[in-house]
Amino acid sequence: MNGRFGRFGGQYVPETVMNALIELEREFEKAKQDKDFMEEYRYYLREYSGRPTPLYYAENLTKKLGGAKIYLKREDLNHTGAHKINNVLGQILLAKRMNKKRVIAETGAGQHGVATATAAAMFGMECEIFMGEEDIKRQSLNVFRMKLLGAKVTPVKSGTGTLKDAVNEAIRDWVTNINDTFYVMGSVVGPHPYPTMVRDFQRVIGDEAKEQILQKEGRLPDYVIACVGGGSNAMGIFYPFIEDKEVKLIGVEAAGEGIETGKHAATMAKGSVGVLHGMMTYLLQDEEGRIMPVYSISAGLDYPGVGPEHAFLKESNRAQYVYATDEEALAAFMDLSQTEGIIPALESAHALAYAMKLAPNLSEDNIIIVNLSGRGDKDVNTVAKVLGVEL
Amino acid sequence: MNRIDKKFEALKGEGHKALITFITAGDPDIETTYDIVLALEEAGSDIIELGIPYSDPLADGPTIQASSQRALNKGVKIPDIMKIVEKIRLKSDIPLVYLVYYNSIFKYGIQKFLKESKDVGIDGLIIPDLPIEERKDILEEADKYDIYLIPLVAPTSKERIKLITENGKGFVYCVSITGVTGAREDIETDIEEYMKTVSQYTNMPKAIGFGISTPEMAKKLKDFSDGIIVGSALVERIAKGYNKSEMLQEVKSFVSSLKEVL
Repeated sequence: MNGRFGRFGGQYVPETVMNALIELEREFEKAKQDKDFMEEYRYYLREYSGRPTPLYYAENLTKKLGGAKIYLKREDLNHTGAHKINNVLGQILLAKRMNKKRVIAETGAGQHGVATATAAAMFGMECEIFMGEEDIKRQSLNVFRMKLLGAKVTPVKSGTGTLKDAVNEAIRDWVTNINDTFYVMGSVVGPHPYPTMVRDFQRVIGDEAKEQILQKEGRLPDYVIACVGGGSNAMGIFYPFIEDKEVKLIGVEAAGEGIETGKHAATMAKGSVGVLHGMMTYLLQDEEGRIMPVYSISAGLDYPGVGPEHAFLKESNRAQYVYATDEEALAAFMDLSQTEGIIPALESAHALAYAMKLAPNLSEDNIIIVNLSGRGDKDVNTVAKVLGVEL
Repeated sequence: MNRIDKKFEALKGEGHKALITFITAGDPDIETTYDIVLALEEAGSDIIELGIPYSDPLADGPTIQASSQRALNKGVKIPDIMKIVEKIRLKSDIPLVYLVYYNSIFKYGIQKFLKESKDVGIDGLIIPDLPIEERKDILEEADKYDIYLIPLVAPTSKERIKLITENGKGFVYCVSITGVTGAREDIETDIEEYMKTVSQYTNMPKAIGFGISTPEMAKKLKDFSDGIIVGSALVERIAKGYNKSEMLQEVKSFVSSLKEVL
């Protein structure tokens, strides 16, 4: 039962990639123990991505809400504008170590695609990004960025033309080009060892946040809140706090137009256990296991599954999973822009929306850390459209 | 004795290789699936794979993806497929296996799926996304109902072939290439070397599949195996949009042309 989090996780993949997964796991374990490798990874995080990112006390927002103190972990200040680069740098260095010449990745909102294209450009690797046709329409700016960076962007028309289909297509490509290609998975999903590996490359968020809050407040936070699509930014900030039982961990899923409307991506709230993309986890599926279409205003959250470790954290009651609607996320998007001068990604705005609901009900002694996983520049077109503004 | 074993034994006696054909159940519709299966048998197919349409068929290329989607659009459900198999069994004793993604079985209920499969006369299952390490849960139930879980090996499997084929039943599905399903003009793998490796580890009948699209290719590959599997090239013919009788005629003549060389 290797690579399991309780009953979740596993390796439900075609036989063709099994030896590659076994090799990847072995190389990853070796690399983690290798001081030079980890030093190189930390070097690029620091010098290239600009880490550590600040833990910013959102004083205006805190005062406006009149309750718990709100801190923002500023992952939006990373190079390329989101937390995705943390994981990509780790995986690309691993690809280099394994002498792979070509990297592929799936992308939803485009942030992971941009991060992968960026690192591939720097390390001189061939790069192909799979992106759903629908997402390409919604995120044209990121598509152009990837192309500028020299990546090939391949539209995925199959299925619903969104993130889950992009993952299918990336897996198909990987199966085909298994000998020379490294699949840079963008979230804590997929077959083992990906969920563990991506978490380990994202835990820097939580490690930093923990050190920073101890420095600023002399104690741990009461709440850590993050948005959850596949769940990489959430897993990254949660993981170092898991043993600190007094810290409440809250994942916020996308409720789209409302979880009763059927137009949402709230996998934990409405899903059931099944197998997709190589892992056993919670899924939005029908009674015969067919994956259902999902919806959210944020392209990075509309995924019908969730990382298996999140499924385990939910089942073991270590973390709690809630949801925020499009409308609530948009309100939080506007609020943060206007009170703090920070335009958050629509994904991160979901976490913020829940924090803003929670904070007024808590006392001023309470501390909330919200993972501000990305910046909102990529979303201004979407928001303008909702507001009826022509750009 | 399972129909699959019987078939391979009979073919061996005749000095022939097995022709295994794949179609998606419910494409273009479930009634036509019944007619196609009987036509396949009549034209010389030895074993038939019925694909259970799935929303995320990640081992399949564009042809079977589209076929699966057409069946889903028709609203085909697992019980409809079970019923058609039951009806086929009134007319035919050909070995029938489901090609089914694991989540379909898992969500439907492993025990329920296997019991119903047995009741309607299914002989085996090919599950493309369930490697040997994840088979424990289903293996127990499959054994109980004498349904074979067909082992799959790939050109990348190497020493894993031993583990995969140990206690294997039916035949070994030898994936010809690194890749997904889909008709190809050529197979790049060194098939001779690959099949030699497979034979080192197992005496089970071996069938080669993925990419085989013409009688010429089947003829080239048959000497290295006990059977040839053809899917996408057949599905393409079903999808061409002839009227039903023309389509069945086309299917039959294609299958006969394959059978002739085996």
